[in-house]
Amino acid sequence: MPLLEVDHLCVTLHTHRGQVSAVRDLSFALERGGTLGLIGESGCGKSLTALALMGLLPDNASTDGSVRLHGQSLLDLNEAGWSQLRGNRMAMIFQEPMTALNPVHPIGRQVAEPLRRHQGLGARSAQAEALSLLERVGIPQAARRLGDYPHQFSGGQRQRIMIAMALACQPDVLIADEPTTALDVTVQQQILDLIADLVDERGMGLILISHDLGVISQNVDQMLVMYGGSVVESGPTETLFRHMAHPYTRGLLAARPQLGAARLPDGRMPPLQTIAGTVPELADLPPGCAFSGRCSYTQPQCRSQRPVPVPQDGSDRHWARCLRPEAMAALPPSGMVAGSAA
Amino acid sequence: MSIFLAKRLLTLVATLLGASVVVFGVLEILPGNVAQVLLGPDADPEAVQAMAEQLGLNQPAWQRYTDWITGLFQGQMGDSYTYGTPVLELVLERLSVTIPLAVMAMLLTTVLALLAGVYAASHHNKLGDVGTMGLAQIGIAIPNFWFAILLILLFSVKLQWFSAGGFPGWTEEVGGGWWPALQALILPAVALAVVQAAILARITRSAVLEVLREDFVRTARAKGLSQRAVLWGHVLRNAMIPVITVMGLQFANLLAGTIVVENVFYLPGLGRLIFQSIANRDLIVVRNCVMLLAAMVIVVNFVVDLLYAVIDPRVEASDV
Amino acid sequence: MSEPTAVPPVAPHPAQATAPATVSAATASPGFWQRARRHPSFVAGATLTALLIACALLSFVWTPWDPYAMDLDTKLQAPDARHWLGTDAYGRDVASLLLVGARNSIWVGVIAVGIGLTIGTLLGLLASARRGWTEEAIMRLSDFTFAFPAILSAIMLTAVFGAGIVNSIIAIGIFNIPTFARITRASANAVWAREYVLAARACGKNRWQITRQHVLPNILSVLVVQATIQFAIAILAEAALSYLGLGTQPPMPSWGRMLSEAQTLMFQAPMLAVFPGVAIALSVLGLNLLGDGLRDLLDPRLRRR
Repeated sequence: MPLLEVDHLCVTLHTHRGQVSAVRDLSFALERGGTLGLIGESGCGKSLTALALMGLLPDNASTDGSVRLHGQSLLDLNEAGWSQLRGNRMAMIFQEPMTALNPVHPIGRQVAEPLRRHQGLGARSAQAEALSLLERVGIPQAARRLGDYPHQFSGGQRQRIMIAMALACQPDVLIADEPTTALDVTVQQQILDLIADLVDERGMGLILISHDLGVISQNVDQMLVMYGGSVVESGPTETLFRHMAHPYTRGLLAARPQLGAARLPDGRMPPLQTIAGTVPELADLPPGCAFSGRCSYTQPQCRSQRPVPVPQDGSDRHWARCLRPEAMAALPPSGMVAGSAA
Repeated sequence: MSIFLAKRLLTLVATLLGASVVVFGVLEILPGNVAQVLLGPDADPEAVQAMAEQLGLNQPAWQRYTDWITGLFQGQMGDSYTYGTPVLELVLERLSVTIPLAVMAMLLTTVLALLAGVYAASHHNKLGDVGTMGLAQIGIAIPNFWFAILLILLFSVKLQWFSAGGFPGWTEEVGGGWWPALQALILPAVALAVVQAAILARITRSAVLEVLREDFVRTARAKGLSQRAVLWGHVLRNAMIPVITVMGLQFANLLAGTIVVENVFYLPGLGRLIFQSIANRDLIVVRNCVMLLAAMVIVVNFVVDLLYAVIDPRVEASDV
Repeated sequence: MSEPTAVPPVAPHPAQATAPATVSAATASPGFWQRARRHPSFVAGATLTALLIACALLSFVWTPWDPYAMDLDTKLQAPDARHWLGTDAYGRDVASLLLVGARNSIWVGVIAVGIGLTIGTLLGLLASARRGWTEEAIMRLSDFTFAFPAILSAIMLTAVFGAGIVNSIIAIGIFNIPTFARITRASANAVWAREYVLAARACGKNRWQITRQHVLPNILSVLVVQATIQFAIAILAEAALSYLGLGTQPPMPSWGRMLSEAQTLMFQAPMLAVFPGVAIALSVLGLNLLGDGLRDLLDPRLRRR
């Protein structure tokens, strides 16, 4: 049985503009030790998906579909049930390490808190455990710094503290929502490596969310590409990169600046590729394909008919949602190989 | 820490000195010859002159000021014009009523306001919130002396649980006792507390709502803490920071309120003393009492400032 | 707790500047009166305030009875068909006294707030425009006055210069000054930091022109809201002073003094202690609600639906 099974998850927001479908029909299965990446632009619904998995959606959101952890259904849990689960069997780290820690509590206490809450450890043993966690995540002189406050640490260190906090109770699944976006480039890789090591060490499942293809491609086994609340393409990272079936995925990759690209005949650098248009507001999405209009293969039926997943490469693990076989058969930009998109 | 403290202490002393200058200055412009008032309009001019001499009124202002200040350091406040007794005695006697009253009112206010504010914030936009804040609006609009009168109407006139005023004294020798004295202070404290609590409850509620929006609250929930644990363990301490500021500022209002409320209940407190002394043109008493009140406010705000450093560990680092 | 952000040294481009959110812009925007009509605080507050003003105005042309007419035969009567709210210790009609008392409240509010508003705002604008020494001095001074309980100082002043409505209005007015100075300075500082002001300075406008043309229109909404709140506070302060005998003197009716007279008669005529208090409370409530409503309606951030 897969560790985490999500089937046809839908998140609806009830706003003053009416009902907005923020996440539509999202499905995936995560195995023990498996790593999944969610990639997409801002507003595509990836963070909301993560929040839905943790039961942390805002009050005006409702969910549909099913989420099962070890076979246990999560979406119909009440608050007490969720609070039992969070930090314990599923954990999450967030994007902004600068503000994600309570400024008035020492870090030792914050890391020890989930241990005391879920494992009933006493103050002393929890502190000891917290200490070893902090050492594991690479906080120098952790023993002396247990009583220090968040503002006394750098951004990268705070993220490490967050990781220590999240992994304190040995959760089965770790959700990392843009964990490196707010960090310096030099620190980003260290944090990603740390996460990868820990996930490996503990045999956890990892869901990594990012808008950065480089981050995703190097760190996860399978990928979901999201746009406008729907998953437009999904599959193992390698296969997906080798054959990018969906026009959006190709556009995303093509938009990355390329080091060492050949200059144009007049000596200028080639202009950056963009995807024409802008992301529509969730409330304004057409009933059909969310990418219609911006896609160069758009046809009238794309706007009204919602595409179903079409298997690619003869396997059912890699699929794309698109109505146009020509779109899916087009070649990806040259020189793109999984793992080299750095 | 010591630099922080030293800086604050310096400001404290400077403010106190400044306040003393202001108090002295304002009362200097009091028209009317004190000696004249004491002896009556038909008094013999020479007698008036003699009295003025005796009271030291003919010395230059700065001299009288320094005399006063040096006297204060020695615990000497001079003698009252009206009663002839040392002002210090008078003041201490009155303080034994005003300070317990202020403390009781402050405690009541804090408890009421925190409970109401946190309750309203955790039921944001629902009936609990709207209801509590509606009550708070009404509380702010009610004059404290009117509320005091209403309390008397209900509890003294109708229910006869409390007396309608007066203070029996703290000791049995003067006809009172520990418990009767407290009883006499209950209604006044409630009258003071309700209005203050209404204001503070609104502040508490918005402070809590602000903190609830912060990222670390989401982190706390992601750790699996219950709503209650998040509220009381993580939110409250952060919310207290703006709340405590306001409490410090409110203290001045509280003292002002005690002046009025002491009059409603005929309590022999500091407020009443000031009031009567002003009517009697008893400058010395007025000057010292006002200084005392101002000093109390300044010191309380000083303590609040220090409390920041205790509650918020970021303060020291940024403020040296 | 946020760090102060440095003003970015951007080349000022007037066309890119955000349009200032002035009171006139807010009220002229098509939605203002529609939104106002639907805002519960505003509606309730405006109604009560209008009621207060109406009572005061009405008292000039008509009252149920002559408020000064004493009739000892009908003293201390409970509310009935003839005297709707009863009579006081001298046989005067309570309802009429309340109506005339409303005039009092309004006088106090308008003049005291007027004093605070004009002088306080000027000081605040000065502090914000000149910064440095001037600002320090003005702010220290106003911080200082906060250390003295306002009622106490008002008591002192009225005692020094004599009791009466004029002196109490002045005393209350003087204590509005630091409040307005503070608020003005804080809001003005925020405006000075904005880009269109940088643009104006780059165009060579001097501080006074900028203050007049940019700063003032932008802080007007804050001042309007604060004025309604201070109005309410002034009414409360005047009531307290009159209660203590230092405010409006007899025979002019005053809600505060009515309460102090009523207190001595609590056992005989409890209702006398209720009506003037209700009048005060409703007026203050109305003004506070109005202020809250205006704050929501004039806040440019909340204007987008």
